[in-house]
Amino acid sequence: MRYLDPHAHMVSRTTDDYRAMALAGCVAVTEPAFWAGWDRSSASGFADYFRQLTEFEPTRAARFGIDHSCWLCLNPKEGHDRGLAREVLAILPEFLDRPTVLGVGEIGLNKNTRNELATFEDHVALALDRGELILIHTPHLEDKLKGTRLIIDALRHAGADPDRVWIDHAEEHTLGLIRDAGFWAGLTLYPTTKASPARAADMIETFGADRLIVSSACDWGDAAPTGVPTLALELRQRGHAESLIRRIVFENPCDFLEQCPKFRRPARG
Amino acid sequence: MTGAEIVDRDFLDARARLLDLAAFLDRLDRAADGAGRDDPRVRALLDAMRQLGSTEPGRVARIQVALSDPTTEPIDRLPDRGAAGAWTGAAHGADR
Ligand SMILES: [Zn+2]
Repeated sequence: MRYLDPHAHMVSRTTDDYRAMALAGCVAVTEPAFWAGWDRSSASGFADYFRQLTEFEPTRAARFGIDHSCWLCLNPKEGHDRGLAREVLAILPEFLDRPTVLGVGEIGLNKNTRNELATFEDHVALALDRGELILIHTPHLEDKLKGTRLIIDALRHAGADPDRVWIDHAEEHTLGLIRDAGFWAGLTLYPTTKASPARAADMIETFGADRLIVSSACDWGDAAPTGVPTLALELRQRGHAESLIRRIVFENPCDFLEQCPKFRRPARG
Repeated sequence: MTGAEIVDRDFLDARARLLDLAAFLDRLDRAADGAGRDDPRVRALLDAMRQLGSTEPGRVARIQVALSDPTTEPIDRLPDRGAAGAWTGAAHGADR
């Protein structure tokens, strides 16, 4: 089964993970810019990171037959630093022009501070100005519900087209909010702090597969890079049709990403 | 899946998770300082656990909401620590 993992922080993963993903059928990943687990010291640190995402990582992925594209931004956690945000926003456009960059992301909120919100709004303005797709990180755990509401309000206020925005890390208490507002919603198959494959399958059964994107969100933490095929197996074990599984792991992410002309839809195989 | 199929497939896993939850609480009781049960996160967990006795569907979403920050305004100051898994008000650095 060929699938996409449209949210995977491959710079934090080993070559063995690429191999495991390729063996499980992964044909494309998209990698959002994010917090590395430690704070970078300057905007030039981000310039180097953006070069890694646009130059080095695609060649690493290509060795396993995996297409690699990415999203760029200053992540929500470091976005609390408004001075740094201004510096990174200033260098962002030259990197957004690169051929494998699909849009602005993952922007959003972390602890729901005013500074984070201001940096989020700056990124949304830049994205709308340039006609970029937007990928959004919603906060963790107890901060998620409040942060998701603040994000939806800010997007409405900015006049963002919900068709072109993917709000990720949805869970049982936020998925309905996101979908009712017309946005694409993401489920991330991340152990302990996000959605397990079983709970993701429950949400698919409850809410349906429209405008739904699943990914592993694997990063430097205790993550599962084969989360997407694990969800596919869970759905198969529950007796769901292959057509539904293919829609969730292949067609849906392609339908969303294809709105960016730089995205190349992989062959279905 | 039928109800019987779900029980056949998932019962042992659910049973194991229930035992793990009970073991976590027993472990807290054995802690030398005896303080774990007073942790606001544990109190929030025990409170949310009452949803397990509910007969209404939507238990997961209600537990998620019960553990969430209920406030609506962005905060001014970045708290010292990240998300803890349960909203415990000022105890975890919210400034309002
Ligand atoms: Zn991420």
